[in-house]
Amino acid sequence: MRAIVFVKATEDSERGDSLPTTEMLEAMGKYNEELVNAGIMVGGDGLKPSSFGKRVAFDGASRTVIDGPFAETRELVAGFWLWDVKDMDEAIAWAKRCPNPMPGPSELEIRPIFELEDFGENVTPEIAELEEQLRDRLEER
Amino acid sequence: MRNSCAIGWKSVELNQHSPTVVLIRTFFDKTGVASQETHQAIEAVFRIERARLIGGLARTVRNVDLAEELAQDALLIALSAWQKTGVPNNPGAWLRAVAKRRAIDRIRRDKMRERKHAEIARDLGGECASAAEDIEVAMDDDLGDELLGLIFTACHPIISRDARAALTLRLVGGLTIDEIARAFLCSETTIAQRIVRAKKTLGNAGLAFEVPRGAERAGRLTSVLEIIYLVFNEGYAATAGECLVRPSLCAEAQRLGRILAGLMPEDSEVFGLLALMEIQASRLSARTGSDGSFVPLPEQNRARWDQFLIRRGFAALARAEALGGADGPYALQAALAACHAQARKAEETDWLRISELYDRLREVVPSSVVDLNRAVAHSMAFGPEAGLKLIDEIAEGTSLRSYAPLPAAKGDFLFRAGRLQEAKAQFETAARLTRNEGEQSFLLARAAACAM
Repeated sequence: MRAIVFVKATEDSERGDSLPTTEMLEAMGKYNEELVNAGIMVGGDGLKPSSFGKRVAFDGASRTVIDGPFAETRELVAGFWLWDVKDMDEAIAWAKRCPNPMPGPSELEIRPIFELEDFGENVTPEIAELEEQLRDRLEER
Repeated sequence: MRNSCAIGWKSVELNQHSPTVVLIRTFFDKTGVASQETHQAIEAVFRIERARLIGGLARTVRNVDLAEELAQDALLIALSAWQKTGVPNNPGAWLRAVAKRRAIDRIRRDKMRERKHAEIARDLGGECASAAEDIEVAMDDDLGDELLGLIFTACHPIISRDARAALTLRLVGGLTIDEIARAFLCSETTIAQRIVRAKKTLGNAGLAFEVPRGAERAGRLTSVLEIIYLVFNEGYAATAGECLVRPSLCAEAQRLGRILAGLMPEDSEVFGLLALMEIQASRLSARTGSDGSFVPLPEQNRARWDQFLIRRGFAALARAEALGGADGPYALQAALAACHAQARKAEETDWLRISELYDRLREVVPSSVVDLNRAVAHSMAFGPEAGLKLIDEIAEGTSLRSYAPLPAAKGDFLFRAGRLQEAKAQFETAARLTRNEGEQSFLLARAAACAM
């Protein structure tokens, strides 16, 4: 099972004025190393506060650009991993041993990714070709 | 569940058994706010911890069998404790501490028994204490490579290949005897005996249960890679049985490969093997038709190839090449698999590059099967006559005389060269030689097509 593990934003992470302490970075580095050694970590990164972000809102034909920061702090994302684990139980077990990524209370959110089997034969060669072309272009950069 | 998580994070600095933590947990127990851990959640923690625990114990007590038993004891104790208290913040350290106590108890008991039997008094008391102290020290000495040591031990060349595979799945993969028996289509008794014998052999050899260094390392690593690939192929090729592929066995091998890549980031062949498995696994779901029959590579729906695994495979291959391992046997095979993965349609396959890779592969791993595949690649790149020339050279050596793919390939070359009568005879020979019914009807159909 592949899953994205979101580190949810907090008021601290959204303020963006307090960089993680050396202690925190060390603990997280050690944790990441464990994830790699267990063969489950595929990738991951931290995100800048939403004040650096933009949103594009859709309504019919209109497109509106909204500047960050965004209000609903608890629903925002501050970072993510991509994991490949056996099942949700294993993902939870690994998430629990993460050092608290924030100075105060915080949350990780585990969201399984759709697997190819979920679509089965519905993936026509044309759909796959289009997707592959996009991926090729991504990789060319 | 969320509450117990939050407690877990907040109490990082607190001692495991501190009254505060216990109090908080009890509070949640009483209010029923989810501090109780489910059996499933604890199982998941075991899966993560088990192999490292056994590895550390094996190194300490120098006996895999005893290590596994002690680990099992510790897990049972944890199961009953954690259902009440929740999983501790450092479950690995918790389990090691419990296992350590059990190991010391065990040694004391054994010494007592020995002493009674031998009727030797007192002087052994000192030895007993020192053995216990040794364990105390060894278990606290966390080198961090217990898991790697365990993998190398389970794949030790002094035990048979089949036993190595079974032992690796049992100790490192954490599979049950029943699961391994089903994977290898053997009875449970066979697998259990195989594992018991292997453990005995390892025990008698007086091994250090460590990661080999220096000259020994290369040879031992070859054995580790061979076993992981054997497990993968058992899942991928499914030599016998109802299911053509057993994806769970492939997944287990890929996981072992990824673990190894994490633990040995400087060994190019580790990445070569990982790349090979990731790319081959990307075709797992496309290899079987909706009726469960085998779908050969050129006819597979390439849309069903798993692009995620292909990308992982390419990344691992790039790493192997960057480490200077482009000509390693696994890296070369991975490069071949990569050629197929890159072709969007069968017709777009780069047969020139594949031919060139097979030319290099046969230098590294001389084998008639590689030669046969090389002949097929050359026939696709340079025409059927080139393939015929190479295949006749192989046929002179006798090792593939009753190997169905040889006449099948030759039949294909002859067919494409327009020599239909000769092609028909080759397809018929191949059909007689194969034991797989699906393949047989495929070959007979090709023979029939030659007569038209």
